[in-house]
Amino acid sequence: MNLHHYLVVSAILLVIGIYGVLTRRNIIGVLMSIELIFNSVNINLVAFNHFLYGGELWGQGFAIFVIGLAAAEAVVGLSLVLAIYKNIKTVYVENMNVLKG
Amino acid sequence: MIEYAPLIVLLPLISAIVIFFFGRWLPLRGALIGILVMGFALIQSLGLLYHCALNPGFIKELSLTWFQFSTIKTELGFVIDGLSSLMLVIVTLVSFLVQVYSLGYMHGDPRFKRYYSYLSFFTFSMLLLVVANNFLQIFIGWELVGLASYLLIGFWFEKESAASAGRKAFITTKVGDIGFFLGIMSLFFYFKTLNFNEIQTALAGNIITPQICGIIALLLFCGAIGKSAQVPLHIWLPDAMEGPTPVSALIHAATMVAAGVYMVARIYFMFHYGAFSLEVVAWFGMVVAWFGMVTAFLAATMALVSTDIKRVLAFSTVSQLGYMVLAMGVGGRTAGMYHLTTHAFFKALLFLGAGSVIHAVHTNDIQKMGGLSKKMVWTFWTFTFAWLAISGVWPFAGFFSKDAILEEAMLSGHIFLFWGALFVAFLTAFYMTRLYLLVFITPARDKHIYSHAHESPKSMVLPLVVLAFLSLVSGYLLKDSIHLLVPALDKLGTVPEGTVPNLSHGHHWFVPVISSLFALGGISLSFLFYFTKMFSAEKIAATFPGVYQLLLKKYGFDEFYIQYIIRPADFIAGTLYHFDDVIFDQKGVDGVGVLTDKLSVIQDWFDRNIIDKLVDLWGDLAQRASLFVKRFQTGLVQNYIFFVVLGFGALVFWQLKLNVNDFLNLF
Repeated sequence: MNLHHYLVVSAILLVIGIYGVLTRRNIIGVLMSIELIFNSVNINLVAFNHFLYGGELWGQGFAIFVIGLAAAEAVVGLSLVLAIYKNIKTVYVENMNVLKG
Repeated sequence: MIEYAPLIVLLPLISAIVIFFFGRWLPLRGALIGILVMGFALIQSLGLLYHCALNPGFIKELSLTWFQFSTIKTELGFVIDGLSSLMLVIVTLVSFLVQVYSLGYMHGDPRFKRYYSYLSFFTFSMLLLVVANNFLQIFIGWELVGLASYLLIGFWFEKESAASAGRKAFITTKVGDIGFFLGIMSLFFYFKTLNFNEIQTALAGNIITPQICGIIALLLFCGAIGKSAQVPLHIWLPDAMEGPTPVSALIHAATMVAAGVYMVARIYFMFHYGAFSLEVVAWFGMVVAWFGMVTAFLAATMALVSTDIKRVLAFSTVSQLGYMVLAMGVGGRTAGMYHLTTHAFFKALLFLGAGSVIHAVHTNDIQKMGGLSKKMVWTFWTFTFAWLAISGVWPFAGFFSKDAILEEAMLSGHIFLFWGALFVAFLTAFYMTRLYLLVFITPARDKHIYSHAHESPKSMVLPLVVLAFLSLVSGYLLKDSIHLLVPALDKLGTVPEGTVPNLSHGHHWFVPVISSLFALGGISLSFLFYFTKMFSAEKIAATFPGVYQLLLKKYGFDEFYIQYIIRPADFIAGTLYHFDDVIFDQKGVDGVGVLTDKLSVIQDWFDRNIIDKLVDLWGDLAQRASLFVKRFQTGLVQNYIFFVVLGFGALVFWQLKLNVNDFLNLF
């Protein structure tokens, strides 16, 4: 198992995440896909740290931060979802088009 | 005394202003102020005259600089010598008496205070002219006199005839003023000064030739032709009768018409230098003399047939002014001023007397009068004095001054002028006697008018008495002193032999005798015509209808001017108006308007179709572009992210220098 394998996994996760963000109709699904993107980043951070700077823990530290931030982001995102739901009674993103020009 | 002299001029101006604006609240509605001021001026003037009479050759020039351009300065001056002090006395005396007289004559007139204001202003203008020491000031006074006469002749402007008489007087005199002004400009051109003294000094230095000087003098004389009513500009004076009668007295005796003669006397040095010094230019003087002669003769004949009491007097004024101008023309400055002085008194008396008569009978037509000697004793007797004076009967004033002029005419060697003047004296005696008889002596012809006639109030009679006294004595009093006051020439001129004779009657017994004969002849002939009815004037008129009509029509001067000056002027004005109206207004101004209108249509089209379209085009473009761009603004966040991803992918492609094959190789 070397760095490439990790990177491939990470890349697959990233692509799945992006795909999910772009295609999910349910906004909860979109948020979940965003989590996948974060995790692919985390894998990258940890993998690079492990294979390039063996003894150090910088990457892991960063990953922890990202996880924390992702939790915070999920909180904000879900509360936004709740607020939106209260207003327009839907969780489908195709109905959330108030930004339309 | 002399230091108060400027007040003589200044006070009438102030009184004119004060009466005009505050007369309503002043005693006698301002008249008192005017009379008091004039009385003061009269006393001052008498003082000056006395001083000048005691010191022959006395001359004093008070002046202050009005404005100055480098070396050329204009002054407001006050020159005191025999000539000006004599004239000051005449003007202030006549004005004073006229103002007193007007108290009665103008009583109850709605514009009483304005009348007094104008009288003061008139007197001020004349005084300004009289005391001038330079041509500009004399010109200012000259024009102000014209203005004041316009105001006073047209005083009863409700009457159309009075209003147009005022205009006529103003415009006619302006014709002469053009020449006057040209003369002044020529003088300024040659001498760079307008001061009399300086010009006189410069003349002695032979800066200009006598010919040029003579021409300038004649130009200046043009002003006198207009102002002093010489043929052919005499036409305004008979019409000036439309004004109040005291104003006529003032105009005829002291202010307006005397200005011309006085001006000639004042600038006599120019005539002397130009006209009398060399044989070659002697005809300049003759021009002046002949103007006077013709005027005197024509006016006297016109007076023969007039039936308006004031018009007869007006013609006699024109005739007497012709006499004065004749005297000036033959070198008799002293005689001219002498006659001006005596004439001022008896002509003022005649007019005031006539005013008194008109006041009593309310008509100007002498054919309706008659027998007034019984009703108006004071007027009758004073008028008698004036009649004798103007007819030239010894010892009345006119006798002496007329003789002086006749002597000058005889000594000048122009026999025709002498006999012509004598004949005019005869005519004068004749028509004045006619007037006198028809008004006072012959039986009343209109009972109604006769029964309503009455003597005038005291304020009107008193001036008559004063003037009657002066008409009697002024000639004799001035006989010996006049040439001390008004020498044949001012100080600088040297009198050439033979041109300026001394004025003593003893040497020429011939003249007084023959002039008395002519005067008495005229008077007796008139008595035969109008008193004893030995001859009938009507029959003579019927025998020579052509002559009679010619005289009635005043030689057709008015018709001539109307036909050959006013009509053509009207025609030219009408044509020019038409030209103006059609060419400039309709074709020019309106045409520009139409063109502008047309042009603006084109501009409008251009504006709408080019400029506006261009502006709209940008808007359109922006709108179309935004319609296109709008499609990307779906409002769906996922779409945006999709673009972000695509962009990011493209960036990656570009940054890593990948190509499609690399991408395909992935699979």
